Amino acid sequence: MSPERTRPATLAEVMAQALGIERDAAERYSSLADVMEVHNNREVAALFRKMASIEATHAQQIMNAMGWTRAEDAPAVSRWWPGGDAPESVPQDEIHYLMTPWHALQLALGAEQRAEAFFAELASNAPTAAVREAALEMRNEEREHVELIRDWLAKVPRPEEDWAVDPDPPRYLD
Amino acid sequence: MNDVVAPPPTAAAYKSDYKPIWCPGCGDYTVLNAVTRAFAQLALPPHQIAVVSGIGCSSRIPAYTSCYGFHGVHGRSLAAGTGLKVARPDLTVLVAGGDGDGYSIGGNHFLHACRRNVDLTYIVMDNHVYGMTKGQASPTTEPDWDNKLSPGGTGIRAFHPLVIALASGANFVARAFSGDQNGTADIIAKAIRHPGFSFVEILSPCVTFRPEQRDWKNHVHPASVEATDDPARAARRIMTDDGFNIGVLYQGRRTPYPLKMGSGQAAVESLETEFAP
Repeated sequence: MSPERTRPATLAEVMAQALGIERDAAERYSSLADVMEVHNNREVAALFRKMASIEATHAQQIMNAMGWTRAEDAPAVSRWWPGGDAPESVPQDEIHYLMTPWHALQLALGAEQRAEAFFAELASNAPTAAVREAALEMRNEEREHVELIRDWLAKVPRPEEDWAVDPDPPRYLD
Repeated sequence: MNDVVAPPPTAAAYKSDYKPIWCPGCGDYTVLNAVTRAFAQLALPPHQIAVVSGIGCSSRIPAYTSCYGFHGVHGRSLAAGTGLKVARPDLTVLVAGGDGDGYSIGGNHFLHACRRNVDLTYIVMDNHVYGMTKGQASPTTEPDWDNKLSPGGTGIRAFHPLVIALASGANFVARAFSGDQNGTADIIAKAIRHPGFSFVEILSPCVTFRPEQRDWKNHVHPASVEATDDPARAARRIMTDDGFNIGVLYQGRRTPYPLKMGSGQAAVESLETEFAP
């Protein structure tokens, strides 16, 4: 939530933003996979782990495309997204230990849609053609991911209405 | 033979192999990530860092780092951290805990740690409740928080940690939000860099006993003005803000407590003289 936000002005700066977004997403998915493992929700843990791996691959692809061998090779840029989490990061506080893959994919869908909107905004207000082209390319990739997750969601059963009911909860609140 | 220069450690290098055990959705997960990112930003060698805590959910944090750790008794993390820093000034000491541990059981240590101004950083993950012991009101709980353990609320005015820290002599005062992992990492890094006692209050929702705190993310906003070095101005700002003003609020110029330890028994005696004149 830094007040000093600077709009990316070069191709390298746009790609540095994209790298930061993908790395944050990978770290968040990995962290959520750990949470689900600890709470013995193996199915969702495996899904989050898979998503972490996919986002890490995206980050590596950006590095390869830019010829960066380490994350530190990317230019230091302030985060252009408005406060809080990076757009492609699943919110930390929207998970539940009994959540199902359907819930997890809904969160992933939201994350991809936010990333798509982020790069669309960057493209719309790009100061140069190179920046616009890069931002559009990233937007298109995120749009593909949105569709992939929608396809994935269609193959996953919707949860029962009482999915969060636990007759023996880990914490009694009453 | 050429020297091989190791690349700076990544944030992951500061994490241990233990998976954190907090409730799903707890703000403390992102605070842990922010802490490790801050260490990475500063390129601190893990063996040159000590993470010290007391008791409570957030005080589990030392075990989740690969740095040296000390999980102390309830409310005494600052006493342990102060002793450690004075004995080993070469270490970066980060003390961590929650609002119950820090402001109630450890309230007296908090005041005097601010006053002594030893060069260490204290982060408090504040969720306005005792989570580990199942939801009792803490010093920062709102007086009208109605729950089964305090029906109708406690009616007791909430503790204001930032103003207390400022009035007691803390040399750096900031507020962060766990939902802003990168911003919190930046603030912790600044706190560690700043000489003297640095205090960072981190709003970290308890999704189990205070689920309404999920809404904090809709209230937090960056501080609209730069940090000041004028304690009176900082106090006025902090006392009149809405409690969701995020950023560095005060950066003082007090000289830190002089760290002269490390030369044996004589130094221990001088420590007593200086701490209890």
